[in-house]
Amino acid sequence: MAWFKRTSTDVEASDEKRVKTEGLWEKCENCRQIIWKKDLDANFNVCPKCDQHFRIDADTRISILLDEGEAEVFDERLRSTDPLHFTDTKRYADRLRAATKSTGRQDAIVNVQGKMDGKPVVLSVMEYAFIGGSMGAVVGEVITRAIERGIKKKLPVIVVSASGGARMMEGAVSLMQMAKISAALARLDEAGVPYISVLTDPTTGGVTASYAMLGDLNIAEPGALIGFAGPRVIEQTIRQKLPEGFQRSEFLLQKGFLDAVVHRKEMKSYISRALDFMRVQ
Amino acid sequence: MDPSIKAQQNLESLEKQIERLKGFAGGNQDAIDQLQGLLEKVEAIRGQISVMSAWKRTELARHPQRPYTLEYIEKIFTHWSEIHGDRAYGDDPAILCGMARFLGEDVMVIGHQKGKDTKMKVYRNFGMPNPEGYRKALRTMKLAEKFKRPIFTFVDTPGAYPGLGAEERGQAEAIARNLREMARLRVPIVTTITGEGGSGGALAIAVADRVLMMENSVYSVISPEGCASIMWRDATKKEVAAQALKITAPEMKELGLIDDIIPEPGDGAHSDPDTAAENVAEALARHLHDLKSKSAEQLVDERYTKFRNMGQFFTE
Repeated sequence: MAWFKRTSTDVEASDEKRVKTEGLWEKCENCRQIIWKKDLDANFNVCPKCDQHFRIDADTRISILLDEGEAEVFDERLRSTDPLHFTDTKRYADRLRAATKSTGRQDAIVNVQGKMDGKPVVLSVMEYAFIGGSMGAVVGEVITRAIERGIKKKLPVIVVSASGGARMMEGAVSLMQMAKISAALARLDEAGVPYISVLTDPTTGGVTASYAMLGDLNIAEPGALIGFAGPRVIEQTIRQKLPEGFQRSEFLLQKGFLDAVVHRKEMKSYISRALDFMRVQ
Repeated sequence: MDPSIKAQQNLESLEKQIERLKGFAGGNQDAIDQLQGLLEKVEAIRGQISVMSAWKRTELARHPQRPYTLEYIEKIFTHWSEIHGDRAYGDDPAILCGMARFLGEDVMVIGHQKGKDTKMKVYRNFGMPNPEGYRKALRTMKLAEKFKRPIFTFVDTPGAYPGLGAEERGQAEAIARNLREMARLRVPIVTTITGEGGSGGALAIAVADRVLMMENSVYSVISPEGCASIMWRDATKKEVAAQALKITAPEMKELGLIDDIIPEPGDGAHSDPDTAAENVAEALARHLHDLKSKSAEQLVDERYTKFRNMGQFFTE
């Protein structure tokens, strides 16, 4: 007679109960703390320990800045023509396809009309994950259309920059976008319509040297890299190490090229306050 | 004429002849295959020529004996009086501004200036302006606008200076402001790219009603060396990068980014600066004459439309 009545069976773990830890945690590059992803999301993607502002995608940015609902995306179907038929180690056309696949966008920009604390605005947000947020013909055209909509409908225009600069693979075509957007901003200025430039990490090159620096207000997030030449190029030119904090938001504020450095949590209310001041009388 | 342009034309006529022969080949598959082989060879040679010519032109554009802005000022204008300083920080020797007369008419002249010998090269910072240079340029452009004088700008710079002080004093802001303000200046502006058109540092004085490029000048968003080291991670790929970036005058014209090409004598402007200057003067006179028939509103509108339409895209 057996000592136990039941014969043992193998223990089976059901598939659903398998614990997945990947993607649940994120490491802060600044303070090296491991952060629970949900905490990070709830905190506007800002490190709860050291206030490091993580890079965020355009959709997240829009949801932070605009009121919920009734946001209308426009000019989203524009695609690059690869004007130079550019090929380096890879074909530019392939790079574009890969970027579209990974970001779900046609290019590094999205236009949306929505409301900010009830006030209608035109918002143009750059997508850094799309070829480094670089500016080619499509980015130039889409931002220009946002500005033209602002002029036509008398709506304040807000552009959020996150970009390495002009897109090399479109050569001088991308260079000319700097002139094109700046010319449109001259018209916006003459129409008396507010333009607010928000600079986020990173904003460099041709983007800084055109629309990012032309706001009625230029506002940056804390700790963002902002400059004309990249830090490595400067180091090579002057052959010395750059001082700590050089080309960061706080540095530019101190040098007088930013109107304010504003925490991501307060960005919406700061802009909203500015729009009240700038409302057309 | 540039020998590489001639070679290109020869290739084109060869290509046409081969195409014609294809018609005679009829159903002879062997002949068609042979002709196809020839076409591919022509194509390969064409690629090589344009690699050579884009880089060759870059070297010509940077030729140490090439005439710089001051030489054009001496040869084309009279009554030159320089204007210094940005009234905020300092004077930038890398950009020249001044009043001058062109065919008896008062005009404002602005241009990058490089140095010829080592000492002057350093003094002129190799033609790479700091923010105060761009601010000086804008200040004098507004002066021209106030007194309704046309503006001529001459572009020849490797780029805006990427230095510590330049960043501190707002290189980006200075360039950006020039782009916006030039777009609405109410006087005619004619820009000539005489040598290197180095990216934003060039564009900052080149938002003009007419942008002309000298035959052997180049205009680019980044230097071929810079592009090669970023995209190929190998600075020796500069010839290939120069070709890929489409920086030569004929390519820029084809892309619709410039208005006219000024022919150069002999082996380039440096071989005969007098004739080069004559050619520039002729082009400036022609374009200024055109522009002077337009009202200020028309000028600003057409300038806007011109830059507004740069860059194509697909919509689906």
